[in-house]
Amino acid sequence: MANITIEVKELTTEYITRYDEHIYAVDHVSLKVEEGKSLGIAGESGCGKSTLALSLMGYYFAPLRYTSGEIIINGKNITGMDPDEVRKSILGTEIAYIPQSAMNALNPTRKIINFIEDVYEAHDFYMTKKDIYDRARQLFETLGLPAEVLQKYPVELSGGMKQRTVIAVSVLLLPKVLIADEPSSALDVTSQKMVIKMLRQLMENDLISSLIFITHELPLLYNVVDDIMVMYAGQIVENAAAKQAVFDPLHPYSKGLMGSIIVPESGLRDVKLAAIPGVPPNLKNPPPGCRFAERCKYIGPACKVNSVDVHNLVGGRGYRCSLSEGELREAYKKEPDQNAR
Amino acid sequence: MPDEKNVILSTSGLTKIFGFGRQKTLAVDHVNMELYQGEVVSLVGESGSGKTTLAKMLLGLLTPTEGDIYFQGQKRDISSHKKKQEYWKNIQAIFQDPFSSYNTFHKIDAVLLDCIRMRGGRNFPKEKKVELMAEACSFVNLKFEELTNKYPFELSGGQMQRLMIARIFLLKPKILLADEPTSMIDACSRATILDYLMQLRNEVGMTVIFITHDIGLAYYVSDNVFIMEHGKIVERGSADEVILHPQAPYTQRLINDVPKIYEEWDLSTV
Repeated sequence: MANITIEVKELTTEYITRYDEHIYAVDHVSLKVEEGKSLGIAGESGCGKSTLALSLMGYYFAPLRYTSGEIIINGKNITGMDPDEVRKSILGTEIAYIPQSAMNALNPTRKIINFIEDVYEAHDFYMTKKDIYDRARQLFETLGLPAEVLQKYPVELSGGMKQRTVIAVSVLLLPKVLIADEPSSALDVTSQKMVIKMLRQLMENDLISSLIFITHELPLLYNVVDDIMVMYAGQIVENAAAKQAVFDPLHPYSKGLMGSIIVPESGLRDVKLAAIPGVPPNLKNPPPGCRFAERCKYIGPACKVNSVDVHNLVGGRGYRCSLSEGELREAYKKEPDQNAR
Repeated sequence: MPDEKNVILSTSGLTKIFGFGRQKTLAVDHVNMELYQGEVVSLVGESGSGKTTLAKMLLGLLTPTEGDIYFQGQKRDISSHKKKQEYWKNIQAIFQDPFSSYNTFHKIDAVLLDCIRMRGGRNFPKEKKVELMAEACSFVNLKFEELTNKYPFELSGGQMQRLMIARIFLLKPKILLADEPTSMIDACSRATILDYLMQLRNEVGMTVIFITHDIGLAYYVSDNVFIMEHGKIVERGSADEVILHPQAPYTQRLINDVPKIYEEWDLSTV
């Protein structure tokens, strides 16, 4: 059995508003990523994907607050650790995070190499500038970035190049886990492809051991990760291998998500895109039963009342629905198949 | 459905140059295109290929450096404010960023009332106006009772974009310019917006110019596709022809760069 790089048990985190309302944006989430594997998190906006990413690092600032659960990164239990302590000993070396607008993190008045020097000096005070330069250049060359980038100011770089630079900087200290939160959503298709290629290279060159990739673009997710987790209203509603999640989704919500995929391949024009009606529930007071019940096509009488647990299937697959696997498959058979192309 | 005989909008040698001297940039380079009544056309290209500049010229927001635009067979005349307003009754737009396309100080009622006024409903009785607004809202699955007396910033991005479509429903223009209408909203709401747009097209019978960088989206919605590179149209034709059998190297590269799920996605060619 391979090493587990990050394991989360029943993690719950909440936002506290100024009216003292509690919003459980991440609700009893459990996940596990093995060494050399990558995990994708999908879901529409407002489902708690980004909050989950922040919570995973154990780096809590108001209004986000830790409630319960456990986070174990590379054997270290970081639950309840002080944010300052987390920053010193965990961030960068064990876990690194690329936020949504990562390219804005670069300081416009300083060269990229100065930025890199800061990162190294914060963690290893005695490194010489020459060492830093050599190591940075080596890393950039491995990742296919030209070494001249180091001597440039952020304004001299294109959007895609800035994004790739930030990704390279985030792995300087060789973290075990990298969390990429929509790293390519602001880029055009060609730069997006370069970013994806770079994330793959990171895995192949053993610069990181595990990758957690967050996006709402399913075709992208399918091409990068091994497993996909679908989030809805703060909960995990389905986790499966990428291929199963895309071509054979079980939960009605994942089914709806997969029905909205648009790819330029033959047959697309013959299918009608299936939109999921309605909006996610307000998490201030979530519905007592299944959170997806309001928007579900296959709703039963008990769905709105009884809370639902995760059904675990063989092969590490799981989904959160009151219907059994057979019942769901029966229901999908009656529908005209959206994914048949 | 496209009416091949009826050309509604055409351009000849349309050019836009920004700056002058050494700073000169050629944003749109001698574009000739013809749009037929009732068809959906996509303008596809990367950022910086001049799609939006072309759209702005068609809308009359930018003056072309060279070339002419013909609307319904006649040379477009927007020399005075009045003529411009007359032109805008026929051509309307949905923009990329729903958050910045509304006036923050105007309530949603005002936004919709403006449209009714533009269609000559200035003197309608109040009940008729409300009825029209409610009808437009229900077309995009919004409830007018919930929206009335609200400001645009109180809505979500998807709702705002739907309200934009409700505006178009009231105005019933001959041409709709949709400039990346779905790029700021997530994949699930995208299908909804597209569905409403297509439904509207079928009901009103207008021409839709769809500007996007997502080639999959273009393939899904359009009858004809124009591919733009550096201000020039490098490939044009029916959607099936262009997307499934691309000829121009630029189109081939664009299609290669989009993630696929049914075929292998080749990552080596970047």
